[in-house]
Amino acid sequence: MSGRAMTEEELHELAGKQVALGEVRGAPAADPVNVPMIRHWLTAMGDENPRYLEQGLAPPAMAQVWTMPGLRRGPRERSPVDDMMAALDGSGYTGVVATNCEQTYHRYVRVGERLTPATRFSGLAGPKRTALGVGYFATWNITWYTEDDEPVADMMFRVLKFRPPERKATEPYPLQPAVNQDTAFFWEGVTKGELRVQSCADCGELRHPPGPLCPRCRSTERAYRLAAGTGTLFSYVVHHYPPVPGRQAPFVVGVVELPEGVRIVGNVVDCPVEEVRIGMPLRVTYRRMDDRLVLPMWAPA
Amino acid sequence: MIGTALPELSIDLTPTVVVATALATMDYTPVHHDTALARAQGSTDIFLNILTTMGLVERYVTDWAGPAAVIRSIDVKLGVPAYAGDRLTFSGTVVAGEGDRLTVEVRGRVSLGEHATGTVTLEGP
Repeated sequence: MSGRAMTEEELHELAGKQVALGEVRGAPAADPVNVPMIRHWLTAMGDENPRYLEQGLAPPAMAQVWTMPGLRRGPRERSPVDDMMAALDGSGYTGVVATNCEQTYHRYVRVGERLTPATRFSGLAGPKRTALGVGYFATWNITWYTEDDEPVADMMFRVLKFRPPERKATEPYPLQPAVNQDTAFFWEGVTKGELRVQSCADCGELRHPPGPLCPRCRSTERAYRLAAGTGTLFSYVVHHYPPVPGRQAPFVVGVVELPEGVRIVGNVVDCPVEEVRIGMPLRVTYRRMDDRLVLPMWAPA
Repeated sequence: MIGTALPELSIDLTPTVVVATALATMDYTPVHHDTALARAQGSTDIFLNILTTMGLVERYVTDWAGPAAVIRSIDVKLGVPAYAGDRLTFSGTVVAGEGDRLTVEVRGRVSLGEHATGTVTLEGP
C-alpha cells in the first residue's frame, strides 16, 4: 500500500474505511502503573507535586507513557492509523508535524493498574496549503482502559502530513564540455567514477585527448582502458584573470602525467595555490558541478 | 479569580532536560536524543517531545494550584519546536471558573515563538 501514490479520492476513501473500523484495541502496557516510572518522570519534569507518590497515583499527563513501546522491537499490532500514515507517505506526504494534543482524564490512575490503549481513526482533512507545504490533517483518538474496561483517559491527536517543498535544483554549471562520439566514453566513465583513456583497438596505443584516428597506425578502431587514477603534476598555471563563469579565481589548471603514459588536463584542488609544485603526486577526484555534470579533478595524493 | 495571572516559569532546555524527559516518557524517537540525526533531518538540534510538553504544562499549573488540585484536561496546540539550548517560559491566566472548576490558559514560549498554547481545566483546591 505504501508503494503507490494515491489520488485525493483514494486517500479519503481509505480514511473512511479506517474510520469505519472504529476502536481497535492495542496490546496492554508492558508494566502496570508503578512507582519507579512515576518517580523517574517527576524528576525529569522537575515536578515536585507530592500528591502522586504520597497517594500512589500516576500524574495524569503520563497516560500515554504507560503504553509507549519504548525500544522494544519486533512485530506489533497495526492500528488503523498506521495504514493511513503509510498511504500518505506513499503519496508523497512524507513530512509530519503534530499540531494538536488534547487529553481528558476521567480519574487519576493508581499504582498497580495496567492500561490498554484503544485507537480509532477519526478523520482526514485536506489537501490544504500550509506554511510547510500542501498536506492532510489526520486525526485519531486513543482511549486508555483499565483491566475492568473502565476508560480512564482520552486523547485526541492531530498531525499534519505534508509534502516537503521540492529541493531547488542546483544552478546549471555554465561551462559544459562538448560531448560527441569521440568523447562520450570519457564522460560516461566520469559519471561512474572511472578515468577512461582512449586506446587504439588495433595497435593498443593510448591517446588523450580522445580523437577519431590512431596517431601511430592510423586505425579508426577505438577502445579505452581504465587508468589507475594516479598521476604527477607535469605543468600548471594559476588562473587569476579574466573571470571564468562558475569558477572562483585563483584556481589551478594542471597538466597531469598518468603512469599509463598520457597527459590529461584538469584542475588541481584541495591544495593551497602556493603549495602546488611540478612533480607533486596527485590522485583523481570527482566533483559534481550541477545535476548533470561531474568533472574529474586532481587532489594531492 | 478570573483574570488571575500565574507566576511565570522558565525552564532551561539543556540537552540533559531534553533527553531525560524523552526517556522518562518512553519516547525513543532519535530526534529527541541524537543530535547528529536531528540535524540531518533538518532540525537545529534535538527538541522536546510532545509527551514532555504535556507534562510540563501539567507541572506548571499544579505548581501554582497546589497538590489538592485535580487536572481534568489538557488541550495543547503545538507550535514551533523547543530545541535544546533554548529556554521555555510558561505564562498563564485563569480564563473561566464555574463551581470548583477552573480553566487556565497557558502559553509556552521559546526564542522562535510559541511552542505550545492551550488550556488546562482543573478542579479543586
